[in-house]
Amino acid sequence: MRDTPLSNCERRFLLKAIEEKKRLDGRQTYDYRNIKISFGTDYGCCIVELGRTRVLGQVSCELVPPKDSRPTEGIMFFNLELSPMASPAFEPNRQSELLVMLNRQLERCLRNSKCIDTESLCVVSGEKVWQIRVDVHVLNHDGNLMDAASIAAISALSHFRRPDVAIQGRDITVFSPEERDPIPLSIYHMPICVSFAFFLQGSYLLVDPCEREERVKDGLLVIAMNKHREICSIQSSGGIMLLKDQVLRCSKIASVKVSEITELINKALENDRKIRKEGGKFGFAESMPKERITTLKRDEAPVEMTDVKETANEIVNRTETPTEAVSSPVLVAMGTAQVGEGIVNSWGLDEDEEDEPQTEDTKTDEVLVISDSEEEEVVILNEEAQKSTKPCKQK
Amino acid sequence: MDTVHACFEEKIGEVLLPGDVFSFRLPESGDGSIKTGPGLRRNGEEVQVYKSGILRHKQPNMYWIDSQQRRVRVLDSHHVIGIVTAKSGDIFKVDVGGSEQASLSYLAFEGATKRNRPNVQVGDLVYGQFTIANKDMEPKLVCIDSCGRANGMGVFGADGLLFKLSLGLMRRLLAPQSEIAKDLEKIFPFELVVGMNGRVWSCENMTSQQRQTLFKRVAEGSL
Repeated sequence: MRDTPLSNCERRFLLKAIEEKKRLDGRQTYDYRNIKISFGTDYGCCIVELGRTRVLGQVSCELVPPKDSRPTEGIMFFNLELSPMASPAFEPNRQSELLVMLNRQLERCLRNSKCIDTESLCVVSGEKVWQIRVDVHVLNHDGNLMDAASIAAISALSHFRRPDVAIQGRDITVFSPEERDPIPLSIYHMPICVSFAFFLQGSYLLVDPCEREERVKDGLLVIAMNKHREICSIQSSGGIMLLKDQVLRCSKIASVKVSEITELINKALENDRKIRKEGGKFGFAESMPKERITTLKRDEAPVEMTDVKETANEIVNRTETPTEAVSSPVLVAMGTAQVGEGIVNSWGLDEDEEDEPQTEDTKTDEVLVISDSEEEEVVILNEEAQKSTKPCKQK
Repeated sequence: MDTVHACFEEKIGEVLLPGDVFSFRLPESGDGSIKTGPGLRRNGEEVQVYKSGILRHKQPNMYWIDSQQRRVRVLDSHHVIGIVTAKSGDIFKVDVGGSEQASLSYLAFEGATKRNRPNVQVGDLVYGQFTIANKDMEPKLVCIDSCGRANGMGVFGADGLLFKLSLGLMRRLLAPQSEIAKDLEKIFPFELVVGMNGRVWSCENMTSQQRQTLFKRVAEGSL
């Protein structure tokens, strides 16, 4: 399917607005959109939202024989996919230029910068190493896919835990997460891409272009940097001529942005770690805001307010005080409790079942079967603390 | 879940849900027929609601349900804003936001002849109406009405911005006594073109000075 074409008047409008230093969504020239990072229930799954652009990163691992040229190093494999749900211009199984460019930039940013210690991924030298596979899926395209993809990839890698292994001679035992806690990857630094779009032959630049702005751009400069101000990769596309001081200025802006984004990632990781430790709920379902539509809305109705006090006092004097409704909890067995007595079965279906509750008063040592399912008997352990009560016969 | 209502009049302006049923009640005046618009369906002696929304009424006997939806249903003679994507031979290919591109003949402009071709470039905006708009055929646009006059249609938009609106807001703008348009007129002078495919083009002719004062007023919240 084709994407909606950009009309001439839109193009003129956007360029004129950029000349006056205005953007469609009201941002400043160097402003990023709202970044939101959330993690899934499994380790290594991360969704990044950059404004309306959404990207999902997933990390997985596998034991494979290593490459012949590097027998002591693990293997990293990167894959970025443009899902057709991201934009009508993306078709499945089509090798577009954008896809190739994004894949190459992601690989260069993460592999050549050596941000992951591949030596630690070696299990048996020359025979078995870990292959870490990073899959990035673009869920919605609203501009600046490169930045979102790099944030998703590095967050997912930092969040990922690989299974623990034990080596005895030539035997390798891989422990499941229940047997031994999985181990995080050893990450030296976090390279993050920052994109700069250039307009009108390089005279104007914008950070984090949205989709409309990307369509009218002349060229793109992507700088991958980490928070220690080390440039991991630089790429300029579009064929525009950039001056040296322009590139230097961009790298300065990039270092500021990267430190902010790295802090955001660390905060998100810390939050997730805390919630998992405390045993709270985590995962994508929790990170989505609850949107409720209020269902009851009534027009204001006038209320009769004369003699309110007198009638209220009258009513209070007339009624009796309510009985104490608090009942003490009842222990049927250790670890279980019952508050209240429940109501007697009023269905009146079977004669014999109604007689049973009366006869159980004396037998307090017997196991109280509460369910009438046909499975094995429900055995309540630790019967010492049983009190004699009328069990609630549930149907 | 069916509630049988005595007549329509009680429920005008109220929210109805799919499954509500009206029994047929003919009005005293008029030729005795009721016209049902979108959201209502006749089923024998009853009229059933199949979309949730507010019941609206137009004299003398038209009823319909105002509901929110994202999908545009465009019919013949609806005016839309299209973007020219290609020129091939005698026709222009125009994107109107549907799955197919509409075709617009170069002779369908006011005053166009074989020698006198209209000045339309790829990427221009056109305001036209549909002559063919059903799901089985390729849609066809014209920028000319049945008498041969342009009547506001044609190529437009040297400046300004094209953007998308929700269908509900677009219908409110197109309503004959639109309060929104009146309120906006008081604030600043502008031109507005509204297409039934949810696209709106707007342009204003203010000097930079006037624009600055307007932005200041908006920032203060005095509008």
